[in-house]
Amino acid sequence: MTRDLSKAVTVDKLTKKFGNFIATDEITFEVDKGEIFGFLGANGAGKTTAIKMLCGLLTPTYGKATVAGFDIYKQTEKIKQNIGYMSQKFSLYEDLTLFENIRFYGGIYGLSGKEIKLKAKNILSKLKISELANKKVRSLPLGWKQKLAFSLSMIHEPDIIFLDEPTGGVDPITRRQFWELIYEAADNGTTIFVTTHYMDEAEYCNRVSIMVDGKIVALDKPSELKKQYSVDSMDGVFQILARGTSVKG
Amino acid sequence: MKAIEIKNISKSYGDITAIDDLSFEVNKGEIFGLIGPDGSGKTSIFRMLTTVTLPDKGEAFVQGLNVRTDFKKIRKLIGYMPGRFSLYQDLTVEENLEFYSSVFNTSIADNYELIKDIYSQLEPFKDRRAGKLSGGMKQKLALSCALIHRPEVLFLDEPTTGVDAVSRKEFWEMLDRLRKTGITILVSTPYMDEAAKCDRIALIKDGKILNIDTPDKISSSFQRTLYAVRSADTHQLILDLRSWDKTHSSFAFGDNIHLSLNTDDLKENDILEYIEKKQHSDINVAKIEPSIEDAFIELLKQDENHD
Repeated sequence: MTRDLSKAVTVDKLTKKFGNFIATDEITFEVDKGEIFGFLGANGAGKTTAIKMLCGLLTPTYGKATVAGFDIYKQTEKIKQNIGYMSQKFSLYEDLTLFENIRFYGGIYGLSGKEIKLKAKNILSKLKISELANKKVRSLPLGWKQKLAFSLSMIHEPDIIFLDEPTGGVDPITRRQFWELIYEAADNGTTIFVTTHYMDEAEYCNRVSIMVDGKIVALDKPSELKKQYSVDSMDGVFQILARGTSVKG
Repeated sequence: MKAIEIKNISKSYGDITAIDDLSFEVNKGEIFGLIGPDGSGKTSIFRMLTTVTLPDKGEAFVQGLNVRTDFKKIRKLIGYMPGRFSLYQDLTVEENLEFYSSVFNTSIADNYELIKDIYSQLEPFKDRRAGKLSGGMKQKLALSCALIHRPEVLFLDEPTTGVDAVSRKEFWEMLDRLRKTGITILVSTPYMDEAAKCDRIALIKDGKILNIDTPDKISSSFQRTLYAVRSADTHQLILDLRSWDKTHSSFAFGDNIHLSLNTDDLKENDILEYIEKKQHSDINVAKIEPSIEDAFIELLKQDENHD
């Protein structure tokens, strides 16, 4: 199977049912290489189910999808090697030092000792925390942990990174610094697939999709969506669309 | 008498100082917001006021009662919704509510009027286990349980974290209706748009209060002239503004960048001229009123040299 690298993600009528419940209902979209793609929706709209399928963690009921050119049914291990993932519950080891965390993640992705040392140097100097290399992660402020977790999720230079509510709970400056790291990664060609409940962050995306009751009901540039719904913010668009057709339990 | 009074309290966990000589008061019937990032000490304040833990130093009172000595009385007067979902996941919606009302020697029927507005949205799912509810519904059930004994003071620790923008709006509409019943509400949130809905707010960082006032006065504490600037390439524009020697601060706000300058001598035209020189297209520069978030960012910048 040849790998088509022109699109970072292609999704065609992707569907997941749990019994009678349709969590993800024939969603179709594509994400370009180097794009910052916002994947929005209310709690329970089906975002997490869709992301799990794209990361190769959940088998779809039907539909097609490729991530980094790999098929989500047959090449899940290839997908895992070529994507990064970070959520709000990022998984740093608090009792390990910063360097030990970097060595651990580098080791998992098969980096050599030499490569890991170089990566550690680059990551820590970029975040301006080189002097903390031998401190335990526990002692870091939350904002630094988030930035470190983001850098670690890219240690294997993945084609695409999935960020699931990456900025929860941090102060307004740290949240914006985090987005600058996202922009920088996108400028370097990494595709960003991001979910957030902060609607101002939706404006930072190149394109956003909005899911309601398992379906994608809108997909466009933020500026186009605002025009289409005659509102001045993405929060306005979200308030119109995301209420959904039914009250969910 | 104030609903809540905190005088010079401090609290440490090992060598970590969670609360550092902090004081504030909450008036009766007020919605008072504690605004700050994770780790700023918000939860420690809640735990002391709800008598779950004691301060190391200082005094705190709820409805005039001392948290050290009158904790049994305080517990009857307050409702507490902790940050972590703490209802019984294996009990149904209705069983949870019945359990909480029985603990306080009351019944759902006695106080139904107070929670009707919230609970009516949950009633179609009353036989569903709490663990199977969506985030927005869990939060409504937790609020119903915290209200079922008609508390005089309601403590809500980050009730909307991880909740989508639509459910957040609905939640604040509920709080606004509750306010009319005369209940005092202490609520914490990391969302600046929610801060604007409180009567007064305290901005907190590292266990200290940076500022405490009404949302309007906090916004107007931002002293500099503020501009909303935009161009076709937001990221490049941030970088260009940051490298300008006239820039005091520049941060993204949605599709705009909020810019303040370190001199009063320049006007919109000068900003426009600088951006044009940097080869941007679709440029717009407008003078705007600062928001709470602008004021908070400025305070954070002063507090610690964020770059």
